[in-house]
Amino acid sequence: VNGFLRVGRADDVPMLEGRTVMLGSRRVAIFRTPDGFHAIGAVCPHAGGPLADGLVADNCVTCPLHNRRFDLRTGTAIGDHEGVEAHEVVVLDGELWLRAPAELEQAA
Amino acid sequence: MGGIVVIGGGIAGQSVCERIRERNPDVPLTLLCKEPSLPYDRVALSHLLAGETTREQIQLRPAEWYDDAGIAVRFAQAHELHLDARECVIEGGEALAFDHAVVCTGSEPLMPPVDGIDLSGVVAFRDPGDCDEIVRRAQSARNAVVIGGGLLGLEAARGIAALGCPVTVVHLVDRLMERQLDAGAAELLLAAMPALGVDVRLEAATAAIVGDERAEGLRFADGSELEADLVVVSIGIRPQVELARAAGVAVERGIVVDDRMVTSHPRALAVGECAQHRGTVYGLVAPIYEQAAAAADTLAERASSYDGSVQSAKLKVMGVDLVAIGQASGAREVVAADASSGSYRTLVVDEQGHAAGAVLLGDTRGHELLLEKVKTHEPVDDLLALLVEAGEASAADLPDSAQVCNCNGVCKGAIVDAIESKGLGSTQEVVAVTRAGAGCGSCKPLVKEILMLQRGGLGEEPSYLCPCRKQTREQLAAVVRERDLGSVSELSEACGAGRDCGTCKPGLAYLVSQVQENRHREERHARFINDRVHANIQNDGTFSVVPRIRGGVTSPDELRRIADVAERHGVRMVKITGGQRIDLLGLRKEQLPAVWEELGMPSGHAYAKAVRTVKTCVGTDFCRFGLGDAIGVGIELERMMEGLYTPHKVKSAVSGCPRNCAESYVKDIGLVAVDGGWEVYVGGAAGGTVRKGDLLDRMDDSESAIRLALAFLQHYREEAEYLERTYAYIERVGIEAVRDAVLDPSEQARLIERYAIAKAAADPDPWLERREPVHPKQFAELDTEPEPITPIDDALTRQEAW
Repeated sequence: VNGFLRVGRADDVPMLEGRTVMLGSRRVAIFRTPDGFHAIGAVCPHAGGPLADGLVADNCVTCPLHNRRFDLRTGTAIGDHEGVEAHEVVVLDGELWLRAPAELEQAA
Repeated sequence: MGGIVVIGGGIAGQSVCERIRERNPDVPLTLLCKEPSLPYDRVALSHLLAGETTREQIQLRPAEWYDDAGIAVRFAQAHELHLDARECVIEGGEALAFDHAVVCTGSEPLMPPVDGIDLSGVVAFRDPGDCDEIVRRAQSARNAVVIGGGLLGLEAARGIAALGCPVTVVHLVDRLMERQLDAGAAELLLAAMPALGVDVRLEAATAAIVGDERAEGLRFADGSELEADLVVVSIGIRPQVELARAAGVAVERGIVVDDRMVTSHPRALAVGECAQHRGTVYGLVAPIYEQAAAAADTLAERASSYDGSVQSAKLKVMGVDLVAIGQASGAREVVAADASSGSYRTLVVDEQGHAAGAVLLGDTRGHELLLEKVKTHEPVDDLLALLVEAGEASAADLPDSAQVCNCNGVCKGAIVDAIESKGLGSTQEVVAVTRAGAGCGSCKPLVKEILMLQRGGLGEEPSYLCPCRKQTREQLAAVVRERDLGSVSELSEACGAGRDCGTCKPGLAYLVSQVQENRHREERHARFINDRVHANIQNDGTFSVVPRIRGGVTSPDELRRIADVAERHGVRMVKITGGQRIDLLGLRKEQLPAVWEELGMPSGHAYAKAVRTVKTCVGTDFCRFGLGDAIGVGIELERMMEGLYTPHKVKSAVSGCPRNCAESYVKDIGLVAVDGGWEVYVGGAAGGTVRKGDLLDRMDDSESAIRLALAFLQHYREEAEYLERTYAYIERVGIEAVRDAVLDPSEQARLIERYAIAKAAADPDPWLERREPVHPKQFAELDTEPEPITPIDDALTRQEAW
């Protein structure tokens, strides 16, 4: 897929959970919801909590360390807090693809 | 500006400080405490003796309160008071300057001048130190005697009886509590004493306490004797007036004050049990609050006029309900007695036909209304009609000025205001905000009634398991039961719970597993990360691993294996936990399966809302004081409880004797071996909240003690709110409700049956998922794999042999 990088199998992310993968120099968390897959930055800007390990509901994830919440579709934080970046993710033949960032466009 | 010095750190001194600060936030204020502790609630001493509360809990205010209120607390005794020079010399010689001094030196226990009063084993009942000594001595004493059949004496006797020591109250006159009770009520009270385990001897004048070095008994004026190796003296108080007398202030029985609480010197006021107002020295708490308010008005240069208090006494012991208000006899009185129910109610009026007093025994309904009538000297024509009306009175009939909480001096109006202005919705909140019910707690039902009235039939604001959908635990449990739902997803589908913010999903997961007795369908997305990977997430996203070490007993072989695993996997810290376990910290998710395999030990559930640990002491195995097999019983108890999930974590302990080295008194479930049996404590805590557990019961053998512990565990699993610790649950419903639920033999049998079903279906060791993960990526990310397991042949057999 043009401009995308293959990062794993869709089945490797259980329903309503998240798993991470390195994308260039950053770690990205991919979540599976009944609406499809979402990808956001994996690290909570508050204290570095692993967002992929959080509870998922209503297209939001709650950080397991101190309960900050983020919208999975946009990466924005619920409440007046710093958000995380959102990534474009597509599924093709059971494979997960993330849009490559500028630094990796060559590789894609 | 020298400000105000309050001399004395009792209820009076504390109350004066609070009332002054309410009126003037800026005036410099110093509180002198003779004892090296902050003011505590002496009214709660009987609860302390009964083991129902702790020293920390009866402290009136936390240390930060004094900082916030700008009150300088000095732990020093006042030695000299120079009123004209406006200075107070304290121990060490420092002189504190002041504009006004408020003397709140309180009282000392009155000790009868008889032979033997100084013997070891003779104790007053006045402060927490006395309580400790009484408890300590009552545990080994053969017979105890309480001299004095007044309010405090009876409370002391009841406390001693509850500790299992035979006790006799000896009283000088022919009826108990003669200052508060008429003959009829005193007779009924006397009749109620044997059921409390208290003997009473009336018209007994103590001539001497006999014994060589320690008390052995009493000798009475008529020559008869009574054996006793613990003698508690509670015959009255003597106002502490030496400081004031030396300062040249007028002193009679107490320090003489006028209606503005000012002594004979304009710079000095006096409040509380050291003060004498219009000839009366008050020994109860309610008048102190009224005096403190009057004194604070005087200091704030507001009009103040204290014209005396109506005395009202409430006996705070289990099994007897008694309220005595004002005079016990007068010009006319009416008595309504019902022998069958053991209730006795009387109302007294004075010569002018004004309400003057009441005694309510057995049935104390309406005492707040009667107290209000007596306080306002209300004219009463039909005494019986008023008595009946009071008995039927509800919170709605009380005037705003009626005092609801006598311990903290809170009237109905203040409670109503707080509910309205702060939008309070639960009794717990009202108690926290107004302090009504925070003392002895006997007014809590009325506080709740007032709240219900203000909420206009809305009922207590429930705590919601799913706050987004306003669904309570009971409602959701009913849905699970009725539709026989097996998972969180089915429950969400059925009623929407957990759909919105999702933070209640772990609570829903527990609910479904509990209702279905562990035959539910497990869904990991509803579990907190700790329960997805069976380890405790740390601040850097790594995990900690705590294997089960039942009873805290390990072996050289096991320690060697743990050490090898820690080295091989680069564990960042090995730490001994507070629960007698070993914690391996700093492991990545991917390392967990291999670490568990190599340990060959089952999960310690240290990451879960579940049964955590049973701490033990070495008991009869090694200890020369041990009375019971703490290790054997602790390991057995842990085996029986482990693997069960609970509303919040459950920490336990088994101690081999009342020295309590395993800290059983401050655990959710604690067993203590005593001479001839085992005590079972529940609801203890030693974390952010410190609470001594309630004694649930005393059992003859360890088997029945374990059975009772399991029945309580199951009761807690079924009834507590999610994330409600046992201490919070017990404080919410009351220990009596818990006793009713778990001590009844048939109820207990049903609890044990449900426990057994849940235990049989519980996963004994989630760490076995290392060999059969619930998902290929349970312990890994998309771009990582779990570290390969080096199968250890005997790991599983060894573990099964555990």
